[in-house]
Amino acid sequence: MIEVEHLTKFYGPFHALKDINFKVERGEILGFLGPNGAGKTTTMRIITGYIPATSGTVRVAGFDVNDKSMDARRHLGYLPETVPLYTELTPREYLDFRGRISGMHNTKDRRTRTSEIMDLLNLDDVADKLIGSLSRGYRQRVGLAQALLHNPDVLILDEPTVGLDPVQITEVRDLIRELGRERTIILSTHLLPEVSMVCNRVVIINRGRLVAQDTPIHLAEDAANRKTVQLEVSGPSSDVLRVLRSVSGVTTASAPETAANEGEADAASSDGLVRTYTVEGQTGMDLRAPLASAVVGAGYDLLELKTVQPSLEQIFIDVISREEEFAAEEPEEEDVDLGDEADGPDAVDSARVRTPRSAVRTSDPSERIATRKRVRR
Amino acid sequence: MRNVLTIAGKELRSYFVSPVAYVIVAFWLVATGFFFWFAVNSNDASLRNVFGVIIVLLLLISPALTMRLLAEESRTGTLELLLTAPVQDWAVVLGKFLGALGLYATMIGLTLFYPILLVLLGGNPDWGPIWSGYLGLLLLGMSFLAIGIFASALTSNQMVSAVIAFVLLLVLFIIGQVSSFLGEGVSGFLSKLALSDRFDSFPRGVIDLKDVIFYLSFTAVMLFITVQVVEARRYRA
Repeated sequence: MIEVEHLTKFYGPFHALKDINFKVERGEILGFLGPNGAGKTTTMRIITGYIPATSGTVRVAGFDVNDKSMDARRHLGYLPETVPLYTELTPREYLDFRGRISGMHNTKDRRTRTSEIMDLLNLDDVADKLIGSLSRGYRQRVGLAQALLHNPDVLILDEPTVGLDPVQITEVRDLIRELGRERTIILSTHLLPEVSMVCNRVVIINRGRLVAQDTPIHLAEDAANRKTVQLEVSGPSSDVLRVLRSVSGVTTASAPETAANEGEADAASSDGLVRTYTVEGQTGMDLRAPLASAVVGAGYDLLELKTVQPSLEQIFIDVISREEEFAAEEPEEEDVDLGDEADGPDAVDSARVRTPRSAVRTSDPSERIATRKRVRR
Repeated sequence: MRNVLTIAGKELRSYFVSPVAYVIVAFWLVATGFFFWFAVNSNDASLRNVFGVIIVLLLLISPALTMRLLAEESRTGTLELLLTAPVQDWAVVLGKFLGALGLYATMIGLTLFYPILLVLLGGNPDWGPIWSGYLGLLLLGMSFLAIGIFASALTSNQMVSAVIAFVLLLVLFIIGQVSSFLGEGVSGFLSKLALSDRFDSFPRGVIDLKDVIFYLSFTAVMLFITVQVVEARRYRA
């Protein structure tokens, strides 16, 4: 339904998108991930036909967004990040207007559809209040209503759950999943749990380059060849840590609760309290058995031992920071400050320019530690 | 075409949601009422001088009518949704222009009350020049509004848009006078562009087809340029 081929975009000298390729099929919900300024909004704006690409083609429902713009737009529903709405209209008036310009010419059908969609998004209470007086949550839903109104095959949603309360977030996610069964949806978000909950597939872009593309589950397995083991052990933490670190193949061992919860470090290290330890090992090694025997052999009680799948956050940070690492190593990197050139909401998208480099994956643990530090800064 | 009317209707409604339109219309009616009273007091029932003053008033008022049209949508970002809807750029521009023209036509329509008042008070105005004067006002207003919407497409700041429109109008207004200081050929060309000079014959009851075509084509060219500006802005977005 959506085909993006060799998409490249320059804003003046700023290389915003570098040869982006991906496809989204009907019934797929694609999660669009990336840090601020990575080019998510730019890509979405090109797909919706708001801005033209410098080169490359984008087809929506088989129509080129450049040559057959009107046909492509008829198949599209779009919710921009900023949720721009006419504050001087009521949701009912606004949706009626959107319906008219989206080709719903039959007044009766349009009215039915408008109340249907307002019902779906719980907008009935505010249907006749001015949009300008509505809260962020309601506006967000009016924006969603506008995108869904003409029943488009393809939905482009730029951070659709921002500004909603937890109950509404759950509702909207359920709605998106429901809609995604027979439609095609691209959803950009900063909330990584949202991706694993809603999306069938993830595209991660960073600095205008597509760095990873997979299902959330695959991505998790893939990037997580390293296994993190969590142990619950009773005993003085400093001794336990020493034992854990002595196991061959262990790269880091930490007891986050000691650091976080207890002020008196000395007392904490000598008592016999139960703590949770996190151990990371070299790639591909199963550390569970050696760890268990080491702990028991040292005379401490092992209460629990489990392998932890790294969260999507971790994978995301890994993928992105590996990229950053390479960027930092690149000697001839050029930073172009755009300043006035990029006005409006897109200013976020124009952080800096870097010379192209290939997305090589590394699994050297020491480097990974280094990258995580970078990210924290 | 349906989209054009939809957008025009939405624009017209938006005018009356904010107090701006009421302030402008009230100011307009008070000012024109004063001119009319002045004309009647000087025993001139032809309204010719009233038309002459009204077009100066239009210089000030028409930028206020058009400044919002595209600049505000650009500022709030609603233009993004409008330009990704299945609507051509020209339909957006034309729709917004017609919306402004609708309000303008209502404003000059309301001033018809004054000649009617004249009749009610037992006067016997010559209706021919009045009607042709109103036609002239409509045509002149169209070209003013077209300049205004062009200025509104250039920026996302309403005030800046109003100032640009006012300056452009002023230049085209006084160009006839200024051009006499320049060389022969230049002045001949420039004075042809002068918007106000062509208006003078309308309140005298003379409708010259050349003038009508001038105003209409001037409006069309301005709107065409505006569509180009809107399209070019996509590249900068």
